[in-house]
Amino acid sequence: MSEAPGTGPDSAAATAPGTVLEVRDLHIGATVYPPNEPPRDIEIVHGVSFAIEKGKVLGLIGESGAGKSTIGLAALAYGRGGVRITGGEVWLHGENILALPKSGIRGVRGRRVTYVAQSAAAAFNPAHRLGDQVVEAALKHGLMSRREARERARMLFETLGLPDPDSFGRRFPHQVSGGQLQRAMTAMALCPAPDLIVFDEPTTALDVTTQIDVLAAIKRAIEETDVAAIYITHDLAVVAQISDDIMVLRHGNTVEYGPVQQMIEAPREAYTRELLSIRSDIKPQAEDQSGALLQLEGIDAAYGEVPVLFDVSMHLPKGQTLAVVGESGSGKSTTARVITGLLPPRAGTVSFKGEPLPPALSRRSKEQLRQIQMIYQMADTAMNPRQTVAEIIGRPLGFYFGLKGGERARRVAELLDQIEMGQGFADRYPAELSGGQKQRVCIARALAANPELILCDEPTSALDPLVAEGILKLLMELQAETRVSYLFITHDIATVRAISDSIAVMYMGRVVRFGPKDEVLSPPFDDYTDLLLKSVPEMKLGWLERALASRRMDSAGN
Amino acid sequence: MTETLAFLDAVGDGTAMRVLIRLFSAAVDIVPFAALLLVLRGWARLPWSARVAMLGCILFGFVAVYADAIAPFGEREIVGDVWQGPGTDCLSTADDGTERAGTCHLGTDNLGRDMLSRLIFGAQTTIAVALIASLLSFSAGMLLSFTAAVVGGWTDQILSRINDMLLAIPTLIFALVVLAALPQNIVILVLVMAVIDQTRVYRLGRAVAVDVVVQDYVEAARLRGEGWLWIIFREVLPNVWTPLIAEFGLRFAFAVLFLSTLSFLGLGIQPPEADWGGMVKDNKDGIIFLVPAALYPGAAIALLAVSVNMVVDWMLNRTASLKGGRG
Repeated sequence: MSEAPGTGPDSAAATAPGTVLEVRDLHIGATVYPPNEPPRDIEIVHGVSFAIEKGKVLGLIGESGAGKSTIGLAALAYGRGGVRITGGEVWLHGENILALPKSGIRGVRGRRVTYVAQSAAAAFNPAHRLGDQVVEAALKHGLMSRREARERARMLFETLGLPDPDSFGRRFPHQVSGGQLQRAMTAMALCPAPDLIVFDEPTTALDVTTQIDVLAAIKRAIEETDVAAIYITHDLAVVAQISDDIMVLRHGNTVEYGPVQQMIEAPREAYTRELLSIRSDIKPQAEDQSGALLQLEGIDAAYGEVPVLFDVSMHLPKGQTLAVVGESGSGKSTTARVITGLLPPRAGTVSFKGEPLPPALSRRSKEQLRQIQMIYQMADTAMNPRQTVAEIIGRPLGFYFGLKGGERARRVAELLDQIEMGQGFADRYPAELSGGQKQRVCIARALAANPELILCDEPTSALDPLVAEGILKLLMELQAETRVSYLFITHDIATVRAISDSIAVMYMGRVVRFGPKDEVLSPPFDDYTDLLLKSVPEMKLGWLERALASRRMDSAGN
Repeated sequence: MTETLAFLDAVGDGTAMRVLIRLFSAAVDIVPFAALLLVLRGWARLPWSARVAMLGCILFGFVAVYADAIAPFGEREIVGDVWQGPGTDCLSTADDGTERAGTCHLGTDNLGRDMLSRLIFGAQTTIAVALIASLLSFSAGMLLSFTAAVVGGWTDQILSRINDMLLAIPTLIFALVVLAALPQNIVILVLVMAVIDQTRVYRLGRAVAVDVVVQDYVEAARLRGEGWLWIIFREVLPNVWTPLIAEFGLRFAFAVLFLSTLSFLGLGIQPPEADWGGMVKDNKDGIIFLVPAALYPGAAIALLAVSVNMVVDWMLNRTASLKGGRG
């Protein structure tokens, strides 16, 4: 770490009054250990500067690896996993916290600057009650008595719209929903009355319908406590609702930095415009939707004794895309499991090419299995980490078509070309691929079987917006080439709008709306579809308030 | 049943078993050599602990295989007085009556046999029995546990409950009862050790395999229509190598100790054949008289366990890599 200039009053005077945090020319580095090479130092963040005033929110936005979280954690003078702050200054209320000794930094973390993690479920200790965890920092720093802390926590629970604020703190993390847990984490961050909160993608792991409530709660809490905040996300539409300023980052550099209005309405840089225009080109729906490659009729399904699907019917013509939308637990993925045969339905039939499919996987022929392939949400876990790309793609070729040796290698090379990856990737292991590349390999594995239907279970929801865009584009090109049909499970309406021909909206295990895209997406809506559509963040200022005011039902997370 | 026992008796006591063990240890001995050849290019990159341990394993293997050629005296030959000190003179008498003078580098044991020679012959028995027993227990334990995890349902229930039943019986008591009832020979000894140890491997194997079986790639393989053998050997096995190899190092050391325990109690390798545990037992009384004879086989057991585990540690680093060990 470079020696920071003095922390005396004269250098503090350089900071404008009212500024809570000022970051000047921040450089962050790490040591990487590339295969077969000696370890070397790299720089992750190359000189980033910004300032936040009291009660204001700065949105940091960019794709994975842009350095958003790294910069956010630098506000706590912390580097995660071997990351080091190599240069620059971080001024918190006129004090350079990077120059503080260990004990001084302890007085900053959890007291003056607090942190809200992406996955609240992973960040809370499951063995302790929420209330005890929320007040812990305030007590440990000796900021208030236990009674005061509990009172403040109760007040924050109320501000954040948590149910039954008096007794909410008595619950354990597993007893509340994901959205509530994320709000409890915000309460935890607000409890010691910090100067600054770092929100690290707090809504990314939530459903759209839950996200809107958490966003609104966070926004209200920030306004009421007048705290300054850094809000990190990869979703520009989300950050537009909550921030006063936005900084767009790429590869550790500032691309553009300015007030939110200017960034959304008149972006100067091409990269910002690219982020703004994501999924704005929309595929027209297919005219003729009468055929049925896949038909579900009156499916009832249950996990053990718990019924999950009720009378689910939908159909998908050849060469088209059927989008199944709904929040977590609505039965989307269960529908896919029924189609694959992993979960034989209690009642109803699944027909493929006009023939009923045997309900159980074990009764289906190899040919029937070949025609229906699947792409998973988490490409990481969908590929055996001990097999190379060539083995992963090659196995269906050998298994279904008996291809061997050179012939198989040739076909693998063709498939790699099709997914726009070079042949150099053939002997890589999944751990050596990026998120987008992994998903492409999964697509190639599905394609290798020459299927008629590919079930896509949220294949893009774990990816950055621009990478996801690339995957969707690839899927659409492959459909045009091979006339393959997609059953596309997602909770992202923007994706649905862009790629689908027909849509099935699911809610609590039932199909509440099914039909051609234009019909489903035009009014009059049923209450749930209305909520779903209104929950999708739009790149417009003030969308959050308008959406909350106009929706007709509350989301399930409440 | 009696015929089988008679057969086992014949095999166990006869030279056939000896030959088998020798062949086996020769085959096994190739492994460290092959490993050495494989890593020779990367020898410089090997951590020093792995180098030392690898050399140790090779040394033990070499001694075990060529015991006949290396040992200065015979396994059962009485060459001097009881508990002579290290480096003392001793005399070997051949069958035809000719005498040969020599030195007992580690002294003599409680019957006046050369300690070093017995250590060398003991390496053969101890390593071979422990290794065969652990290999058997691993093959059986892994196959059964993976089948339970992959097939699930009733198969899992039945296999797991039988295993629980075996686990409920204290190890040593089980071994004592079975070995006391059955004829005492090496084959039965190895089988009993394998069956007992197999229960532990099963536990671990099932625990790690069920974690892998719920992964999406196993589901993808099922959806492709793969059989359970493919799933066990191609999808599950490569992903559970790491904990299992770690366990192997541990189990092998335990097998050596268990064999020693049994020999100590008189139920393992039968005298006059040498094995390290039995040698500790034979010479334990010497410790009271400041005779260090019992310490040599003890040290040999410790050294073997440490060497094997250090090699295993190094292998762990290799198998734990998700980048094909290229990192």
